[in-house]
Amino acid sequence: MNALPLILTVFVACVVEAVEALTIVLAAGLTRDWRSTFQGMGVALVVLAVVTAAIGPALTLLPLSALRLVVGALLAIFGLQWLRKAVLRATGYKALHDEASAYLREVAAAKAAPVEAKRGVRDWYAFTLSFKGVLLEGLEVVFIVLTFGANQKNVGAAAIGAAAAVVLVALTGIAVKAPLAKVPENWMKFAVGVMLTSFGMFWGAEGAGVSWPGNDAALLVIVPAVALMAAGYVFWLRSRKATVSAPAPESEVVSS
Amino acid sequence: MNRLKSFGAFWYDFVIGDDWHVAALVVAGLALTAILVHVAHVNAWWLLPLFVVAALGWSLHKATSGKSLPNRQLRRNN
Repeated sequence: MNALPLILTVFVACVVEAVEALTIVLAAGLTRDWRSTFQGMGVALVVLAVVTAAIGPALTLLPLSALRLVVGALLAIFGLQWLRKAVLRATGYKALHDEASAYLREVAAAKAAPVEAKRGVRDWYAFTLSFKGVLLEGLEVVFIVLTFGANQKNVGAAAIGAAAAVVLVALTGIAVKAPLAKVPENWMKFAVGVMLTSFGMFWGAEGAGVSWPGNDAALLVIVPAVALMAAGYVFWLRSRKATVSAPAPESEVVSS
Repeated sequence: MNRLKSFGAFWYDFVIGDDWHVAALVVAGLALTAILVHVAHVNAWWLLPLFVVAALGWSLHKATSGKSLPNRQLRRNN
């Protein structure tokens, strides 16, 4: 299979996660202490590297069908989570993730917290805020890179997609010095949800012993079909919401 | 004990997310597919997509059906 869909999926997924991590790092750095923030970020990156180094080789040792079954199930579950959130946000049932207001919340909390030096770190709050933010968002990146990369036997291509995303977001963040509020996060999440669900279904079913009609070419049908399904659910929820919000017919009005 | 609990809660939230029914349906779909392929010798490539469509639809329906009711109730009461 061509490495381009792999690189693009990982790239878009990682941009979303990196934008969220950047918001937290900026809030910690600009309002507290940059040195402690970078220390937290550095330790989180070391932990992520250790996790990748420990799990990556272990994944490649699994037989391909078992790997595809387990990873396919995880990717499909993960992808459906992303799609569920994206559909709920697109239809107004869940508030859109707003980096500007998330940043303001983090800044308010950071300003209120006392400065405390601990374990050789000048500002423990900035350290832990940055550490947690980078680690949590980074774990999702590691998960996507390893599962996609291991299944395609091309962890290197997945890592290139992830690294490109992190570098792009970091450089933009340095240039703008503000949270990247204009990134269309929800639509990117929607697209990644479609890709994760599609690849998860494809690999999971293959791991269960299925032969897809057309083999790898089946993905050319599965991906648009999943996108259409999710778009259909957006349309369904929007029209249901509009029906509920529309003025009730005369016969339904209970009292005036 | 508390740390172990929050470690478990983190991984549950990370993998399973807001609605465990979605994960359960995906796993059930894969298990049924494997049974059909290996026991009944049916190439059931179509089964998992059906489970995925149902899982997302059901989860969205559950997440939104309770939320739309208050508006309607409110309007009727006004």
